[in-house]
Amino acid sequence: MQKYSIFNLVKNAFSNHQNWDLAWKDPTPKEEYDVVIIGGGGHGLATAYYLAKEHNITKVAIIEKGWIGGGNVGRNTTIIRSNYMHDENGLFSEFGMDLWRKMSQDLNYNVMFSPRGIINLAHSDAQMNAYARRGNSMRLNGIDAVLLNREQVKEIIPMADFSDNVRFPIFGGLMQPSAGTARHDAVAWGYARQADSMGVDIIQNCEVIGFDVSAGKINGIRTSRGNIKAKKVGLCVAGSTNILAEKLNMTLPIETHLLQACVSEPIKPVLDNVVTFGAGHFYVSQSDKGEMVMGGDLDGYNSYAQRGNLPTLQHVLTEGIAMMPFLSKLKMLRTWGGIMDMSMDGSPIIDKTHIEGLYLNCGWCYGGFKATPASGWTFAHTIAQDRVHELNAGYSLNRFSTGHLIDEKGLGTKTWIS
Amino acid sequence: MLYINCPHCGMRSQNEFSYGGDASVKRPELNKEVSDQEWDNFVYNRKSLRGKHLELWQHISGCRQWIKVERDTATHEIFRTYKADEEVA
Repeated sequence: MQKYSIFNLVKNAFSNHQNWDLAWKDPTPKEEYDVVIIGGGGHGLATAYYLAKEHNITKVAIIEKGWIGGGNVGRNTTIIRSNYMHDENGLFSEFGMDLWRKMSQDLNYNVMFSPRGIINLAHSDAQMNAYARRGNSMRLNGIDAVLLNREQVKEIIPMADFSDNVRFPIFGGLMQPSAGTARHDAVAWGYARQADSMGVDIIQNCEVIGFDVSAGKINGIRTSRGNIKAKKVGLCVAGSTNILAEKLNMTLPIETHLLQACVSEPIKPVLDNVVTFGAGHFYVSQSDKGEMVMGGDLDGYNSYAQRGNLPTLQHVLTEGIAMMPFLSKLKMLRTWGGIMDMSMDGSPIIDKTHIEGLYLNCGWCYGGFKATPASGWTFAHTIAQDRVHELNAGYSLNRFSTGHLIDEKGLGTKTWIS
Repeated sequence: MLYINCPHCGMRSQNEFSYGGDASVKRPELNKEVSDQEWDNFVYNRKSLRGKHLELWQHISGCRQWIKVERDTATHEIFRTYKADEEVA
């Protein structure tokens, strides 16, 4: 593989950049693989990469229905954070933060990781207390957290509404300074390029239509491009999890829902951080191009349509304007929607299944993008070693039966509860 | 915007409704031994069908009745609505 470097950039300039290697190949599916990963999104590509890098398993195929990075990894708001209270989420995400910090070097691909900090705004004394508690839990897990008072918040985001007559006055906020954003497509492409260079077959435009299971063991998959034998199969298909689970006669604690996001027209730099509204569900950051990137609630009903409805967008942006009134002056440039695998407790599942050789990675809800490296790393471990790593031990499938739910915010599919 | 034909009030916009999830889920029968698996299926496990989906909505800013709506989860097309106790054809 050609290394991306200043020297290669100069060298290729002499041939008008016509002779760069392809970032990844377009192979025809082989008859058999050691591991087949279904889903060529961020998590699937990362899983394949870590299978090759950490476990030396390179006879791997990624099967993607459309094109790689065309799903949620290309449709999110690029926020990276580990500001969780519960140990399972905190330790898992903080492990991921470390992978994020090293990612550009590791992948030899600039993912533009920008640790600009995230601020969760508090709008009451009770919320400040809750944030102090969460901040303390974070710090006990080695995650950076700073509790800000109203004046400190005002210094960082003076454009927020600090006037006296607002419905939800800003009391303060909880900041994780090491949180941030990254270039989402670059993450998918970086992982794809490295995985490909280590021998992983990235097979696009190949839809899985069935599974070959006998005597409780997976033997392979049936696809639109023929049957593929596999010793192990990993499911990494986010919003399509239920569709594939049905083919396996599995019913999962997952519902597929629609989540929208939008960007404004680009404006001059105004917002350095990621900021979330504490009296509803709204968050905003400013992209490197200057667009205000905004998102919030689910549309609220089961959906497989990758496009949203205006009532939810209106609701979300009303919250945004309550928080930062200047947003009302901006024109909307783009909106988009993705389909989320919403788990019932709002936390993900990375686990083995009752079928031998079949592994499950789903339930990412609102937080799939930031989990990409940690999810890939732990899923690769789970597949390679046929046992869960301590980092994803809490993300078990049977926790819903045993009662060990990880209800970080009590949010799952039921948005109206919040 | 979805428009839902409330069987009690007529055609209204989705803003008046609140979503209640899969309507085909049945609570295990009362006063009977219930296995963990049955509870799991009732509380957590969902098929989340792609295509025709029978679901509960509540006309929360209208008659406040729960209703059943048959809707396509891929296209958002609404085929029929039923009263909560109405048999689904």
